[in-house]
Amino acid sequence: MRDTRRSRMILVLLLAISFALITVDIRGGRNSPVSHVRDWASAVFGPAEEATADAVDPIGRAIDAVRDAGSHEDEKKKLQQENARLRQELENIELDRNRVAELDRLLRVAAVGQYKIKPARVVAVGAAQSFSWTVTIDAGSGDGIKPDMTVVNGEGLVGRVTSVGPMTATVLLATDPGFSVGSRMAGSMEIGITTGQGDRPMKLSLLNGQAQVKTGDRLVTFGSQGGRPFVPGVPVGEVTEIRATPGALTKTVEVKPFVKFTSLDTVGVVVEPPRTDPRDAVLPPAPGQQQPPAPVAPAAATPATTPPASGKPQANGRPPKNEPTTGRD
Amino acid sequence: MLYAAVLIVVGLVLQVSVLARLGLPGAVPDLLLLVVVGMAMTYGPTAGCVIGFAAGLCADLAPPADHAAGRYAFVLCVAGYAAGLFASRNRQSALTPILVVVVLAALTTVLYAGVGALVGDTAARDVGLGHLMVTSVVYDAVLAPFVVPLVMAGARRTDPQPMLPII
Repeated sequence: MRDTRRSRMILVLLLAISFALITVDIRGGRNSPVSHVRDWASAVFGPAEEATADAVDPIGRAIDAVRDAGSHEDEKKKLQQENARLRQELENIELDRNRVAELDRLLRVAAVGQYKIKPARVVAVGAAQSFSWTVTIDAGSGDGIKPDMTVVNGEGLVGRVTSVGPMTATVLLATDPGFSVGSRMAGSMEIGITTGQGDRPMKLSLLNGQAQVKTGDRLVTFGSQGGRPFVPGVPVGEVTEIRATPGALTKTVEVKPFVKFTSLDTVGVVVEPPRTDPRDAVLPPAPGQQQPPAPVAPAAATPATTPPASGKPQANGRPPKNEPTTGRD
Repeated sequence: MLYAAVLIVVGLVLQVSVLARLGLPGAVPDLLLLVVVGMAMTYGPTAGCVIGFAAGLCADLAPPADHAAGRYAFVLCVAGYAAGLFASRNRQSALTPILVVVVLAALTTVLYAGVGALVGDTAARDVGLGHLMVTSVVYDAVLAPFVVPLVMAGARRTDPQPMLPII
């Protein structure tokens, strides 16, 4: 046993056998004698290995399950968060799409009417029980907003600015009972004054008692001196009902506003009036009636890039000529 | 003799069916090496190299093996001889098996790759020999304090003098 010379001999012998085996195996390839031995070995070891694997597999799976439990919990939480985020995004897409459509319509109004507008969003709505119909928008004096500017959206006239803060402004809606706007019939050019009546439709008092009015006639603003508080040509509403007032010279006409005041979101404040009155070009094409092609002035329709300096329309903006002007009542 | 044969078979089967399937990063814990080291430290270098040769030959021939037969036999033969030599020349302590295993784990990995290179198998260069060596040393050193003393104690009790006919 401790005879190192003998043991060395055995070692060298075994190593030589190993090398011989390696050589034979490699040289022989598939047909080497070693491959037969290999077959026997696999016949002996194969079943033993299989049985062992079968025996330890359940233990291994149990260990795996314990090891993975934490990461599964994490993954579940992560997926839940991602799911919630995606769902929220999906809902936001709907909202964004509506906003984009609204902004598109607003841009169209601005382009056709050649208004220079400052877009803003409604951030607060006054309580109806205060008997005043007002909203707060997220644009203020820093954005060039000044009191008595016209506020429009893609449908038409929203109201006018009453008070302005540095970041926000208050808008008196067209439905407020204290709101009046000089209006003109799109077809007959008759003028009158449209007044808000709260939740009820607006009321139009025509100056000419003999004017021919029919339901479906549409109204636009005819504008004020210097474009404030109202720029000309903004769609106001549509005549829904006509009543002759007994003993009065004027007819009372009910007007349904184009704007849906309950779902106001994106609005535009007209910071610079058009150089020329767009008349009824801003009105959307009436059903079954061909509208003349609207004059488009892209230069004037740059609402997003309006610098605050351009918020002084009355300084260089000329008031519309040959149009009767009226201050607010 | 019978004890050694049983331990080699059990060690080999456990290594390929259990340890190799744990999916540990890097090398697989070399249970066969630990068995060979344990018996070589009990019986001495002569029996060590014979047992190592036999264990290596089994590992070369048993199913998952696809390399040239004799390669692992060569390596384990050297390892068994070295372990037996080391144990017979030094006083044994609790740390001796771990020390021997750490040295031999590194040696066998390099030697196996070296023998492969001699016969034209250069796969060791591609898989990263250093990483394999470090992980195998770590795993074997962790297993050694449990396996090697157990193998030695069992060898002394069941089969104090292996009846090797050729010796």
